[in-house]
Amino acid sequence: MPATAKIELQGVAKSFGDNAVLKDINLQVAAGESLVVIGTSGCGKSVTLKCLNGLITPDRGSIKIDGVEILGGGRAALEDLRRRFGMTFQFGALFDSLPIWENVTFRLRQQQKLSKAKARDIAAATVTDLGLAPHVIDQYPAELSGGMQKRVALARAIADKPEILLFDEPTSGLDPITGGVIDRLIIDAVQRLGATTVTISHDMASVRRIADKVAMVHNGVILWCGDVKQMDNSGVAEVHQFVHGLAEGPLTQTAASKQDGQG
Amino acid sequence: MLSFIQNMGRTALNFLSALGRITLFSVVAIRWIFTPPYYWQQFFRQTLDIGYYSLPVVGLTTLFSGMVLALQSYTGFARFSAEDTVATVVVLSVTRELGPVLAGLMVAGRIGASMAAEIGTMRVTDQIDALDTLSTRPMQYLVAPRLLAGTLCLPFLVLIGDIIGVFGGYIVGVFRLGFNPAIYLSRTLEYLEISDVTLGLIKAAVFGFLIALMGCYHGYHSGRGAEGVGRATTNAVVSASILILISNYLVTALFFGV
Repeated sequence: MPATAKIELQGVAKSFGDNAVLKDINLQVAAGESLVVIGTSGCGKSVTLKCLNGLITPDRGSIKIDGVEILGGGRAALEDLRRRFGMTFQFGALFDSLPIWENVTFRLRQQQKLSKAKARDIAAATVTDLGLAPHVIDQYPAELSGGMQKRVALARAIADKPEILLFDEPTSGLDPITGGVIDRLIIDAVQRLGATTVTISHDMASVRRIADKVAMVHNGVILWCGDVKQMDNSGVAEVHQFVHGLAEGPLTQTAASKQDGQG
Repeated sequence: MLSFIQNMGRTALNFLSALGRITLFSVVAIRWIFTPPYYWQQFFRQTLDIGYYSLPVVGLTTLFSGMVLALQSYTGFARFSAEDTVATVVVLSVTRELGPVLAGLMVAGRIGASMAAEIGTMRVTDQIDALDTLSTRPMQYLVAPRLLAGTLCLPFLVLIGDIIGVFGGYIVGVFRLGFNPAIYLSRTLEYLEISDVTLGLIKAAVFGFLIALMGCYHGYHSGRGAEGVGRATTNAVVSASILILISNYLVTALFFGV
């Protein structure tokens, strides 16, 4: 582990009402590393990701980027920080009312006051790099397939070359082939940018392709964190069950006991 | 008895809490209206939607209201031989009251619902979070231009609606009730004062602000899923309509006698 991690979370906790989603999250991600966070639905993966770029403010704990604390710095500091991040959402979150070229160059146009022609050129080049035809930039999100929308979302996230990329289930809802293509594009883009990435995924094939390191969230804490190659031999029953998609195991018992508790 | 008091207290607290949230929301939004960067593209899009595309609805509403008003007031005034005041009654009713209120209610149904549905959908599909991640303040990008467009557009819409409403009264007065066109027109203008029109336009600006505020507020705080967006849309229209009627009285009372 390097002396200063690119991203460091210490004791991060977040509750919504009585529901303590995150209890004590501790994570470190080195510069240029690709961390994938796995875990059962509702375990707090997305909350962890949203805490990283300030979409959700933790109740307590510390989040450092390049050794600098990002919590409690105020709105202006948060906005400066967000310029270093690119993020894709589970369902794309493309702006319905804007054509693709405006979606892709949204932040560039806000910050650099690009001309329309220049913005269209950048959008066309970015979507072409991701395997889309240049004419797509004049279409609207609703006119694109799910896979194409994921590519456009990726294009929007990388258009201004951020240092850190956050991906929320980048292959969800895609067929395995398209999912594989998206993974390949993510790997290529990340290598090109030299970015540090944090990805949330349920798709274990995707995890094996894109991860350097894997962390499993369970009951609001990091249950296991290690090299992707060690994932199959973690020695943790929950990780084994999740990775192999087994119906029986400790995760099923936890879910059942939670349901009993609610009932 | 105790539970009744508890329920009353809870309802009162919820009401005050909602009032506080809406007030804070509007203060923040107003602040962003005057803070750069200004999103002109968003503003012009909303102006087109509120001002231009609402014109047929408002025009039809005020036209037929003016026509009905002419017929009804003629029926009433004929009973004490005051038929020649029909033109005056039509123009004062339309400019001071019917124009702004009917236009406000129609726009609340059309624009309030559309704003709540659009922003609500953006909320549930993470587009508002995406704006944040792209270093754009959602309140400044989505809410401020809508509030400004609503406040500025409705007076123009009402002014055009006033003219159409008075024209509706003129059509009925001249072609159905047999008034002399020149006399009808002179009666229309004889007792009309600038303050009658400006009062209506002030009301319209207030209504426009409230419609946009309710549309944005309920959309911005929309619950999850289609049901959440549907509820936000309904709440936006209902609350905007109620606020229009309440503020109509307050503005009228404020300028009473002017």
